[in-house]
Amino acid sequence: MTEKITPEVVAQHGLTQAEYDEVKRHLGREPNLTELGVFSVMWSEHCSYKSSRVHLKTFPTSGPRVLQGPGENAGVVDLGDGLAAAFKMESHNHPSYIEPYQGAATGVGGILRDVFTMGARPIASANSLRFGDPSHPKTAYLLEGVVAGIGGYGNCMGVPTVAGEVMFHPSYNGNCLVNAFTLGILPADKIFLGTAAGVGNPVMYIGAKTGRDGIHGATMASAEFDASTEEKRPTVQVGDPFMEKLLLEACLELFQTDAVVGIQDMGAAGFTSSSVEMAGRAGNGLDLFLDQVPLREEGMTPYEILLSESQERMLLVAAEGKEDVVRRICTKWDLDVAVVGRVTDTGRWRAHWQGKLVADLPVDPLTEGAPKYQRPMKPHPALPELHAFDLSTLPEPADLGATLLRLLARPTIASKEWVYQQYDHMVRLVGAVRPGGDAAVVRIATGDARHAKKAVAISVGANGRYCFLDPHLGAAHAVAECARNIACVGGEPIAITDCLNFGNPEKPEIMWQFAECVRGIGDACRALGTPVVSGNVSLYNETEGQGILPTPTIGMVGLVPDVERTCSSAFKNAGDVIALVGTLQGEVGGSEYLAAEHGREAGRPPALDLAREKAVQETVRRAVREGLLSSAHDCSDGGLAVALAECCMMQGVPAGAETTPWIGAAVRVPFPARKDFVLFGEDASRILVSMPKESAARFVALAQECGAPVIRLGAVGGDTLEIQGALSVPVAELAKAWRDGIPAVLRRDVGHAAASLVAREPQEPLS
Amino acid sequence: MKIGIVTFPGSNCDHDVYHVVKHACGAPAEYVWHKDRLPAGLDAVILPGGFSYGDYLRCGALARFSPVMEDVVEFAKQGRPVLGICNGFQILCESGLLPGVLMRNASLKFICRDVTLRVEGGETPLTRGLAGQTLTMPVAHAEGNYFADAETLDRLEGEGSVLFRYVGGAPNGAARDIAGICGGPRRNVVGLMPHPERAAEAILGRDDGRRLFESLLS
Repeated sequence: MTEKITPEVVAQHGLTQAEYDEVKRHLGREPNLTELGVFSVMWSEHCSYKSSRVHLKTFPTSGPRVLQGPGENAGVVDLGDGLAAAFKMESHNHPSYIEPYQGAATGVGGILRDVFTMGARPIASANSLRFGDPSHPKTAYLLEGVVAGIGGYGNCMGVPTVAGEVMFHPSYNGNCLVNAFTLGILPADKIFLGTAAGVGNPVMYIGAKTGRDGIHGATMASAEFDASTEEKRPTVQVGDPFMEKLLLEACLELFQTDAVVGIQDMGAAGFTSSSVEMAGRAGNGLDLFLDQVPLREEGMTPYEILLSESQERMLLVAAEGKEDVVRRICTKWDLDVAVVGRVTDTGRWRAHWQGKLVADLPVDPLTEGAPKYQRPMKPHPALPELHAFDLSTLPEPADLGATLLRLLARPTIASKEWVYQQYDHMVRLVGAVRPGGDAAVVRIATGDARHAKKAVAISVGANGRYCFLDPHLGAAHAVAECARNIACVGGEPIAITDCLNFGNPEKPEIMWQFAECVRGIGDACRALGTPVVSGNVSLYNETEGQGILPTPTIGMVGLVPDVERTCSSAFKNAGDVIALVGTLQGEVGGSEYLAAEHGREAGRPPALDLAREKAVQETVRRAVREGLLSSAHDCSDGGLAVALAECCMMQGVPAGAETTPWIGAAVRVPFPARKDFVLFGEDASRILVSMPKESAARFVALAQECGAPVIRLGAVGGDTLEIQGALSVPVAELAKAWRDGIPAVLRRDVGHAAASLVAREPQEPLS
Repeated sequence: MKIGIVTFPGSNCDHDVYHVVKHACGAPAEYVWHKDRLPAGLDAVILPGGFSYGDYLRCGALARFSPVMEDVVEFAKQGRPVLGICNGFQILCESGLLPGVLMRNASLKFICRDVTLRVEGGETPLTRGLAGQTLTMPVAHAEGNYFADAETLDRLEGEGSVLFRYVGGAPNGAARDIAGICGGPRRNVVGLMPHPERAAEAILGRDDGRRLFESLLS
């Protein structure tokens, strides 16, 4: 490597001059180009968490059920009876914007590997997606591609996609968000870690061959976008889910042997980060022999081999002498396998190629020694004015029924059937509560009688608008809502993973949003007893200086001890009593209603009292477990009126069945404030329930015992949603608006695509 | 009654079928690796769903060349029960054990949802006593659009070999709403796109599919 390291070369590698001086100080010399590439990815925001680390340290990360907290490939929690769950959520935002199908697909592939590298069989995936304004020319194209990519990868892997959320907002026009979550199960006493332990042990490479795809993906994910973003398409990797399925089965077979000492997937920054991190965790060194790496292309340089992000590859440290066990299993599954290095006690990460030493770096500066920044922070300057906005000046809608119909057709609120029907959500026989409701209930069928009734509940969520208006409160809302969703299905929240999506951290107001959101998550998690066990940070979600709404996505896991004692969202039986657990105050600050109908994103998000939140959840969780309820549904976007409408429409009915997929309701709502505020306000900590009349007395007693307020609203029945003194709309009309919300976004794409073909507009690449 | 469940590279419903046969129905089941021969003593063979060979080239087109298929074809020719579910149905068509082909869904999208099926045709090991009934179970596929030329379709209908039809229209564009057919010397080879194993336990909300397994195991 003789290429001269100029300041331009350093800048191309995303390092500042100060960081480069630090590199030279660590080495006592100039790095060569390969070494610079290694520092570049290891010190990228994506790998080093250099802006976020100081804040992330404040998370609660321990608890009686935590078996593995943050810092590994995934967190692990104890489910009892010898069973554990490994889970994590990760972003693949930047690649998905550049190439939606492959970006989303490889995001799923990456999170699956993070989970099965822990020794777990993945049994369920979920995702949280954000797209721009539904009328933006790129939105339909991104939505279509991302959903197809998630399905394309997850379906082939045979891992059901059971839960998710999709929201639309103009702040995501230039940066969509794709946050993928996976949960796997494993024996509690057989957790595998990413460690290069045991001097002399062989380092083995298994899986797909290395090509030139994805070089510098981690660096790309650590920079803002601009007009040249399309040119970055070659940095997006291409996924092969079939290869990953083989890799999954081979790894699970390997975990049954005594051959594996440590294992890690080659994700962002590929061979480099996996080997460096494994050495770092063990406090060891590594000697790597790049000539042994299985290659897909000819003439690859050490730089390319080390920085490729080719997918479906694992690095494992085997027990010395067990190489043949690994080879035999990989050969059975038709996978490439090679010994590519040895564990040493030198504390140095050395790469050899064609008889030469091409990189020789100390491990510590690459991992623990990476820069950490306490970046400057200040509150967003627009907030005081937004908070001061006088909500009473808003005009009252004349026709509340028409307002409800428009809200239901909003893509953020509308049915996501179009999305989840493209995901196999039933494979592995997991789905006790199917997608579309509050939380998915995933039955765990291990064949072991002790686990026969166990299930996990999964919920993902975030509210960028709340977080923009009040990052601390908004982030706490996301945690509380996930826990509430889990209570709705009778689950006990255990722990969370998070995916923190923000703009450019070098801007003080973005860094402030980040720090405040982290503080909000931490506070809510402490109050609700759900430690943070894994997570991911995605910064620089900006295009031409426009950042996204602060979007800390929470993925929460709960335990359902008896899968036969759970509950879904839809009203089921005429004559059932409808009640609201919670209050009616009409808080519309930051609500979907305010944005949709009045074009305002202002005010303060609803107040959140975590003690009342716990009481509400406890009431519903116990009622579900006692079998009192016919339905339970969280009131969130669009408030009580939307929640009522959803309960009327959510009953899934098979194609070709003769029954109608809906039922009506008649309710009488007290109006302590303006009707529109009460119906569409998003007061926190509320769950809408229905139950047979005979259960009502017991339910009210239970709520009193838990300290939760209950308001009796009316009864299920008929085929109209009637809110006395406010609105009366046939459920068939509501359902039509609600089901058409997402298809309507896609129909716009047809118009745009046709227009662009006629205009032959080269500036507007649509697909 | 012992059931062999073939695992191809990329099969992903093999565990589900095994669970239903063994734990839900309490019958002996064993996995058969695609590179091996069929073991002796099997009473029926199931080719489960999934993405054998990643659906590369064409769904099922590569799996038919797996070593085990030579035995499966022989097993079928002897008149013994062979069931192909989803990708298994595609493999049966590609290997010539059943006529026709499964094309890309008319919507060009993967579709996963419950459907209603009507059981038709003559009796098979899978549908004893079920003709005329309607069953609910999910489909989950991107290539379930059954196609054969008109002559073949007429022949299948005439022989009572159309076993399952979608009620209320096919979700995938299948010719004459066909969801499953049978063939073989004794109507012993059955292929269907819907997943009966996913509707075999009340705990998952549907158990109509279990009746097909009970018929097969009886």
